[in-house]
Amino acid sequence: MEVTVAWYLTLGAVLFTLGAVGLLVRRNPLVMFMCVELMLNAVNLTFVSLGDDLGDLGGQVSVFFVLVVAAAEVVVGLGIIVAIMRRRAGATADDLSVLRG
Amino acid sequence: MEAAVFIVSAVIVLSGAFGVLLARNPVHAALFLVQSVFGVAVLFLLLDATFLAAVQVIVYAGAIVILFLFVIMLLGVDRAENLDVEPIAGQRPLAVLIGAGILGTTLSALLVAVGGPTGAPAANSPLGDAGDNTRRLGEALFTDHVFAVELTALLLTVAVVGAVVLVRRLAGPLQPLPVVAVASEPEDEPEDTEEAPDEEAGA
Repeated sequence: MEVTVAWYLTLGAVLFTLGAVGLLVRRNPLVMFMCVELMLNAVNLTFVSLGDDLGDLGGQVSVFFVLVVAAAEVVVGLGIIVAIMRRRAGATADDLSVLRG
Repeated sequence: MEAAVFIVSAVIVLSGAFGVLLARNPVHAALFLVQSVFGVAVLFLLLDATFLAAVQVIVYAGAIVILFLFVIMLLGVDRAENLDVEPIAGQRPLAVLIGAGILGTTLSALLVAVGGPTGAPAANSPLGDAGDNTRRLGEALFTDHVFAVELTALLLTVAVVGAVVLVRRLAGPLQPLPVVAVASEPEDEPEDTEEAPDEEAGA
C-alpha cells in the first residue's frame, strides 16, 4: 500500500482541527497553549509533506522558522500567564474577559 | 512497511491530540503533547526530513514541554479540572460545529493542492535524499534565507527580553542588599571579605 501525500495532508488537517477544537473548548490557559502547539505541529507536518511531494526544500525551511516562532511564542505567552496567575491564582480564560489586571 | 509505520504513528499522534483535549490534569495534557510530538517526529523521518525530526524532539519535547511543566509546577495548577461544567452555554456543540467547518475547509483546500499550483518540481532548492538533508537545509538557510535567519536571532532576543520584563516584580524602589547573611558568617573569616558587602549595601 503506497503512502501518498494525501494521507499526510489528511492527518495534518485532522490534527489541526483537534487543536482548534481544544482551543475553543478548554479554559485552562496552559492547555489552550498546548492546543496551539498541536495546530503548529499539524501545519509543520503539512509543510514537510508538501515539500516532499514537490521535491522542494522550502517546506523544511519554513518548518525551521515555524519552530523558532513557536519557541518565542511559548516563552512570551507563558510569561504573560505567569504574570496573570500571580495576581489571580487559578484564573481561567473566561475570568480574563475584562482585561483590567 | 511504510504504510504500517504511517498508520502506527498517525494513531500515536491522534491519540496524543485527543489526550491533550480531554485530560483533566494539565500535567497529563503536557505528557500527551509529548506523545503527539514524537509521533510527528517519526512522520518527519518517514518523509526523509531527518534534521527536522531531531529538532522536533529536542525543541518540542526537550524545551517547550519542559517549559510548560515548569510553569505548571511554578503556578501550582496541577490539580484536576472539572470538565463536566460548561460555563458558557452551547460552547461545546458550537466548538464541534466550528471544528467540522475547519476540517472540511482545510481538507478540501489541501487535497486540491496536491501536486502544487503548477505541479512542477522545484527549481531553486531541490530536495536531496535523507543522507545529506542536514547539509542541504543548512546551505539553504545560510544562503537563500540568511536574512530571515538573522531576523530569527532578533526575534529570540526580543522574546527573552520580553519574558524577563513580563515576569519581574517591581515593588517600589530597589532595596539595599540584606547584610544578615554576612553577619552570621563565622568569626574566623578574613576582615576584607566581611567589609566589602557592607560598603556595597551602604552605597
